[in-house]
Amino acid sequence: MGTAAGRSVKRKEAWDKATGNAKYTDDLPSLGHLTARLLTSPHAHAKIKNINKVAAFGVKGVKAVITGLDITALCGVLLQDRPHLAKDVVRYAGEPVAIVVAADEPAAISAAGLIEVEYEPLAHVLTPRAALKPGAPLLHDNPERYKRMVEDIYPQPKSNIASQYRIRKGHADTGFALSHMIVEENFYLPPSDHLAMEVRAARAEISADGMVTITTASQSPYSVIKQLSQSFSVPEGNIRVKVPFVGGGFGGKAPVLLEHLAYIASSKVGGRPVRLVITREQDMAAAPCRMGLEASVKLGCDDTGRLKAAELRFWLDCGAYADIGPYMAKSLASNCTGPYRVDNLYCDSLCVYTNHTYATSYRGFSHAEFTFCIERTMDELAKRLNIDPLKFRLINAVSPGDSSPTQVSLNPSNLGDLKACLKKLKPLSGWNGAVVPVDEHTVRAKGVSCLWKSADLPANAISGAMITFNPDGSLNLNTGVVEMGSGSKTQLAQILADKLDVDINQIHVKMSVDTRVNPEHHKTVASMTGYMAGNAVLRAAEDILAQLKTTGAEALGCSSDDIIVKGGAVYSLRNPLNKIRLKDIASGYKAPDGSSIGEPALGRGGFMLKGLSTLDPKTGKGQTAPAWTVGAQAVEVEYDTIEHTYRIISASTVIDVGMVMNPEAMRQIIRGGMAMGISMASREAYSYDQNGLLTTPTLRTYKLMHIGQEPDYRVEFVETPQEGSPYGIRSMSEHGIIGIPAALANALSNASGFSLNTLPLTPESLWKKSGGVSS
Amino acid sequence: MILNEGRVIVELMVNHESRTVTVRPSDVLLDVLRGQLGLTGAKPGCKNGDCGVCTVIFDGWPVKSCLVLAVEAVGHQILTVEGLGGVAPVQKAFVDSGAFQCGYCTSGFLMVCHALSLNKPRAEEYEIEEWLQSNLCRCTSYKEIREALKTVFQSLS
Repeated sequence: MGTAAGRSVKRKEAWDKATGNAKYTDDLPSLGHLTARLLTSPHAHAKIKNINKVAAFGVKGVKAVITGLDITALCGVLLQDRPHLAKDVVRYAGEPVAIVVAADEPAAISAAGLIEVEYEPLAHVLTPRAALKPGAPLLHDNPERYKRMVEDIYPQPKSNIASQYRIRKGHADTGFALSHMIVEENFYLPPSDHLAMEVRAARAEISADGMVTITTASQSPYSVIKQLSQSFSVPEGNIRVKVPFVGGGFGGKAPVLLEHLAYIASSKVGGRPVRLVITREQDMAAAPCRMGLEASVKLGCDDTGRLKAAELRFWLDCGAYADIGPYMAKSLASNCTGPYRVDNLYCDSLCVYTNHTYATSYRGFSHAEFTFCIERTMDELAKRLNIDPLKFRLINAVSPGDSSPTQVSLNPSNLGDLKACLKKLKPLSGWNGAVVPVDEHTVRAKGVSCLWKSADLPANAISGAMITFNPDGSLNLNTGVVEMGSGSKTQLAQILADKLDVDINQIHVKMSVDTRVNPEHHKTVASMTGYMAGNAVLRAAEDILAQLKTTGAEALGCSSDDIIVKGGAVYSLRNPLNKIRLKDIASGYKAPDGSSIGEPALGRGGFMLKGLSTLDPKTGKGQTAPAWTVGAQAVEVEYDTIEHTYRIISASTVIDVGMVMNPEAMRQIIRGGMAMGISMASREAYSYDQNGLLTTPTLRTYKLMHIGQEPDYRVEFVETPQEGSPYGIRSMSEHGIIGIPAALANALSNASGFSLNTLPLTPESLWKKSGGVSS
Repeated sequence: MILNEGRVIVELMVNHESRTVTVRPSDVLLDVLRGQLGLTGAKPGCKNGDCGVCTVIFDGWPVKSCLVLAVEAVGHQILTVEGLGGVAPVQKAFVDSGAFQCGYCTSGFLMVCHALSLNKPRAEEYEIEEWLQSNLCRCTSYKEIREALKTVFQSLS
């Protein structure tokens, strides 16, 4: 073992990014490409009566105008409910209706504007609970007849339910009967956007022999292969997917959308290379966004503050198509109580169609959203019991020996140490539960929240790693992981450097992904790169070590058991002074007598998730994930009781990461998550007008946090190793966001005295809560 | 057949070099830098002047190249991230402070920070905020970008 693990190591690609040298999808040369543009729906729900392409074809340079009538296939990763281009009906404003392919961008833009589409508007529905009422407009006539791509998805006939999951554990009725105090709260969280700074982009070309090449800003290059093959009957081996640097994903680039459309565009122009460019407005309205959520949370506890029962109902707004929404509803159900022991549990989690832009995975995979609901209710319960909210959480913190909502037995390996996190959070955040007056109409207050998350991945998700040597003895690390900002490829390099005991600068990382070259990595999602690809890299490192030892033993005339690989050299522990440098042995060894010994060392390692199961449809019992990461967060606000404006003073996180592999990089990732949570909770929302049209599809109307609005960030770690994970590390990349919206709402609820159960927490929303009149 | 369709040949001074490009009157500087000169460090993010990922330096001042017509740049000095050459103090500072994650907004922030350090080497905190509020970053917490800029200012003083 070397020294590369546990040290602050700079990103491998740092200088590429600091010089403009890092290439993203649309930075690649496009000479010889046709340009494709989308026409999208201006209605939330409407019949398509007619499409007239004549005027569009009048634009010079137009090669093709493609509509839903040209494509029969449906797509969808879980449920095949989505047409590639709307056919007969549009189900959300922004839905792709046509593609224009033209010689250049101006021609494509002009022609798209000249396609005449005749619509007949239909009644629309914008919230999940409204979509479940009798007589609500149905988005899909027979959702249960769509092809299911997985076994555990349950679309309901004659309804807007794309899927549903239930958790039944213990006896909720008995638990509430034993409760001394019961509170019930209702919640509404609107959809919002990932808002990666790089707008999604994709290119496609099809060679004369049927080979398809897709270049895309995707978190899921290997899913692109599978889904494209499924939709268009192209053999998987004929599809090659290339992913350069990705300019932020946050889950939004996990689904397959533009790749399909670029393929369709290329296929209609004889396979010529096509570059599909969308606008920021289309990236927000047409491409999938973050889920909305409605919820009703009822918690009961005894007079010592111990939770006795929970009755939880969640209605996840997945928009017009299911995408990964059903699995977000499942993931939500699996962890629905938050990190608390609740022995008597009743939870229904429904994934509901509405005429919103469809939703997809977003940092936290539904956890930031349900955590908001649970943690707000925990605070209301603590308030009524007159118990300190942090102490209340300590009393109920989930511990080894408890079981998860899906009845997985929790132990010190598969569960982090929440109590240790809470204990550290107290001094870190300066928590004392007080609301402190600053002046006549300004107060300071804090709010806390716990978080937990497990990674829901398919039971057979895989990852792989390959290692080769350069002539100078440095190594190349090759995985299928996408570099989109989390720095995980640098972490993988640390693992390799440590295992081979070489300097981290001797590890070169292949940053871009090419599915012809890189071994499959399921998807770069769920904060699972360290666990999955990390294990693959460990195995590849062990593989290459074994080869070096075999060659070394022959070269040095000793047993391979005696061979040490350390500090860039191979030697026998019996004669440490006789060192062979890696560069002299990695490609086979040339002995002093000129004879050839051994072979070039090539490392390979594979990893597959094991032991996971689906949930029992009646009780929700099942092993959903290998482990749970836990943490505790706090936010401090300064609140103006007259203006209802506020400043966020500090935001703190203590998270059990298993082992601190790269301290600085990990703090940066956690801080980034907290920033995203603050931005989301304080100002971000998709607003819709009465016609169901998105009124905030630009960065001028959809505000993100700017510099100068950020708080003092504080991050500390707890280290409880996870068995079977490289170096004991736990998933942590998404987690900084999870408890922040709740902690902010708890802080503002404490400061204002209002019970704040909706997002975003704008001064206007607080003013309305106050009765909407100036005092 | 010879067509001009309103296109003109213009000379731009980019990164201290004279470059000849053919542009339409409506072409924005961003598209010409990227499409004709291969200078892809400046990115499209919103094409609406809201996000700053396309920022370049125009006669010493940061501008959003999606809001500048290519023909407006004639006779002016344009500096892109490629023109910083890897030796501008802000570049090392960004690397050392981890002032980026995905890297997509980085060129734009670098150009704002570089211009600020040249124009106002003694900028106050409020000036730093005012300048940097032109740009958006979705990955970092902004703390890292501030720290990077702080080290640049310390080296100047």
